Amino acid sequence: MSEDTGIDVYRRRFLGNTAKAAAGLAVVTPAVFLHEVGQARPADQPVTSQVRWGMLIDSGKCADGCDDCVTACKTENGWTGHNRPLSDPQWIRKVKLRDKETGYTQTLPMLCQHCEYPPCVDVCPTGASFKRADGIVLVDKHICIGCRYCMMACPYKARSFVHEDIHDQKPYAPRGKGTVESCTFCVQRVDSNRTPACVEACTAHNHGAMVFGDMNDPDSEISRQLEQYSSRQIRGDLQLNTGVRYRGI
Amino acid sequence: MKAIDFKEIDGGLPFYLLVGAIGVFILAGLGAAYYMEHNGHWVTGMNNQIVWGTPHVFAVFLIVAASGALNVASIGSVFGKAMYKPLARLSGLLAITLLVGGLAVLVLDLGHPDRLIVAMTYYNFKSIFAWNIMLYTGFMGIVAVYLWMMMERKMNPYTKIAGFGAFIWRLVLTTGTGSIFGFIVARQAYDAAIMAPMFVIMSFSFGLAIFILVLMGLYSWSGRPLGDAILIRLKNLLGVFIAAVFYFVVVYHLTNLYGTENHGVERFLLLDGGVYTELFWIVQIGLGSVLPLILLYGPAGKSRLWIGISCLLVIIGGLAQMYVIIIGGQAYPMEMFPGKEVIESSFYDGMVGYYSPSLPEFVLGIGGVALALAATVVGTRVLRFLPVSLADDMIEPYQSGADA
Repeated sequence: MSEDTGIDVYRRRFLGNTAKAAAGLAVVTPAVFLHEVGQARPADQPVTSQVRWGMLIDSGKCADGCDDCVTACKTENGWTGHNRPLSDPQWIRKVKLRDKETGYTQTLPMLCQHCEYPPCVDVCPTGASFKRADGIVLVDKHICIGCRYCMMACPYKARSFVHEDIHDQKPYAPRGKGTVESCTFCVQRVDSNRTPACVEACTAHNHGAMVFGDMNDPDSEISRQLEQYSSRQIRGDLQLNTGVRYRGI
Repeated sequence: MKAIDFKEIDGGLPFYLLVGAIGVFILAGLGAAYYMEHNGHWVTGMNNQIVWGTPHVFAVFLIVAASGALNVASIGSVFGKAMYKPLARLSGLLAITLLVGGLAVLVLDLGHPDRLIVAMTYYNFKSIFAWNIMLYTGFMGIVAVYLWMMMERKMNPYTKIAGFGAFIWRLVLTTGTGSIFGFIVARQAYDAAIMAPMFVIMSFSFGLAIFILVLMGLYSWSGRPLGDAILIRLKNLLGVFIAAVFYFVVVYHLTNLYGTENHGVERFLLLDGGVYTELFWIVQIGLGSVLPLILLYGPAGKSRLWIGISCLLVIIGGLAQMYVIIIGGQAYPMEMFPGKEVIESSFYDGMVGYYSPSLPEFVLGIGGVALALAATVVGTRVLRFLPVSLADDMIEPYQSGADA
C-alpha cells in the first residue's frame, strides 16, 4: 500500500499540483496503521513509564549468614563463577556492616540499584547501558564493547565484567564474554508478572526482607510500606533516585 | 634568512633494521592482545574491582602526550615563534602517531575489540567516551590538514588558520580526556573539575618530553646536525611545563585535603597506599618532577645526555602519575555506607582493590608505544617531515622572531 502511494507521490510531483498533499498522506498513513496494530496486540506493547519497578529491603529482617537471595539469583540467571573471586561476576552480594561508633552490626544484599538517573547509562559510549521506561536498568549485550566505563561510574559496584568463556547460559538471561552485566531485576520474570528470584527466595524462606513492586502504584505493597516506614537510598547524596530502597540502615 | 630544506630520512638496510626491531614489539603487543581476548580478561591483573589497568595507563598517557606533542607546532604557527617552525612538521606527525598508538592499546583492551564498528556507529551523546571518539578522529583529521597546509607550498598561507584550529581542538581533546575521570562522581579520587586542566598541562609536559627524545633520536640516528640552540630552548620550556604540572598536582591534593570527607582517599594516596604512595612520592614527584627540574635548570642542563635523561624521567614520572590516578583511584574503596565499616563481603566492599599488573598488559602497552614510534619513523621516511639540518646557524636567524 505504501509503495503504491510512494509511486503516486513520485508521479504527482512531476504533475505538479497536489504533490504536498500526497506526500503528507504517504507519511501519515503507515504511522496510523502501525499504531492501530499496536493497540490490537497488547502483548507487543512497549513497557511504559506508568510503572516504576522498585525493591524495598529491610536490613532488620535480613538474616546474618543467609544468602538465599544470592543463590536464587545464581540459579535463575546462571552466573556461577570459576572460583576466581576477583574476576567472577556478582549480580547480587551480601554485605555485613558495623557501625564505627556503636558497634551495631547488620547485613543487607547489594545489587544494581536501578537508578532513575543511572551514571552507567550516562557514560556508556554506545548506549548499550540503558534504562527501560519502567525503570529497569539493563545492558544490551549486542552493542556493549566491553570498555567498562560503566563500572568506573557505578557508585554501587553493582556491575561485573565477564572475564572468561561462558557455558550453559540461560536462554532468557543472555550473557557474553567481554561484556558487562548486572542485576536485571529478573526482567524475564517481571515481564510475565512474577517477582525477581531473590525476592521469591527471601519470601519462601520466611525472611520477608525483600519487597518488589510498582512504586508508581499507590496500592502496591512496596508503595504502602515506603509510605509507612522510613527508608533511604544508598548514596542518596548523589540524588540518583534509586529503585532499590533500604530500611534500617 | 636561510631557507629550511626538508628531506625524507634515508632508506636502506639501517632503516629496515630499525623498523623491524620496533616491529617486533608491535607483534608482541598484538600477540598479547590476542592472548587476552582469546582467554578472557581473567588472565590479566584486571578484575571486577580494578577494571582499568596497565593498558589504560599506557593508552591514556599516549593520548595525552599526543595532544602535547602538537605544542611545538602550535608555538610556531599560533604564537608566531619562528624558531619552532622547522620543527612543526615532526610535531604534527608525532601528534598523530602517538594518538594512533594510544587508541590501538585502548581498543585492543576492550572486551570486544571486534565491535569497533559498533563504537563508530552507535553514539550516546551524553557519554564523555563518545565525545572523545569524535575528538580523537577529528584531531587526526585536523592535524592531517594542518600538515598538508605546512607541507604543500601553495597551501602555506593557510598554515596559521589550520594551526589555530588544531590548537583549539587539542585543548578540547585533552579536556575531554581529563573529564573521563573528572566527571566520575562515584569515586573519591575523581569527581574533580581540576582533572581537565591538569590533563591539559600534563599533555604539555609529556608530549614535549617525547618530542625532544624523538628529535634527538632521529637526528642522531640519521646523522643530521642538531644544534644546541633549539635543544636549550626546548628543555627550558619543558622545565616550565614540569613545574606547571607539579603546581596542578599540589592544588588537586590541597583542595581534597581541606574537606574532611576526602581525608581517607588523601591518606591512602599520600601516606599509606603502599605501591600507590611509593609511585606518587618516589617516581612521580621525586624522579619525574624534582630531579628533572634540577637537571634541566642546573649545570647538567647544557649536556645532551642529561637533557635526554630528564625527558626519560618525565615520561617515567608521567606513567607513574597515570598509574596513581587510574589504578590508585580505583583501588581506594568506594564510600557507600558513611559511618559504617564493611566487615564481610564476597565482592571486596570496603577493601583496597587488589591489582597486580600482568605481562600481557604491559606488553600490549609497550606495543602501543612501538606502533607510535614505527609510524613516526616510516612517516619521516616517506614524507618530508625533518629538516636536513637543525644546526645553530640554520636556526639562529629565526630567533629574531621574524615571521617566516
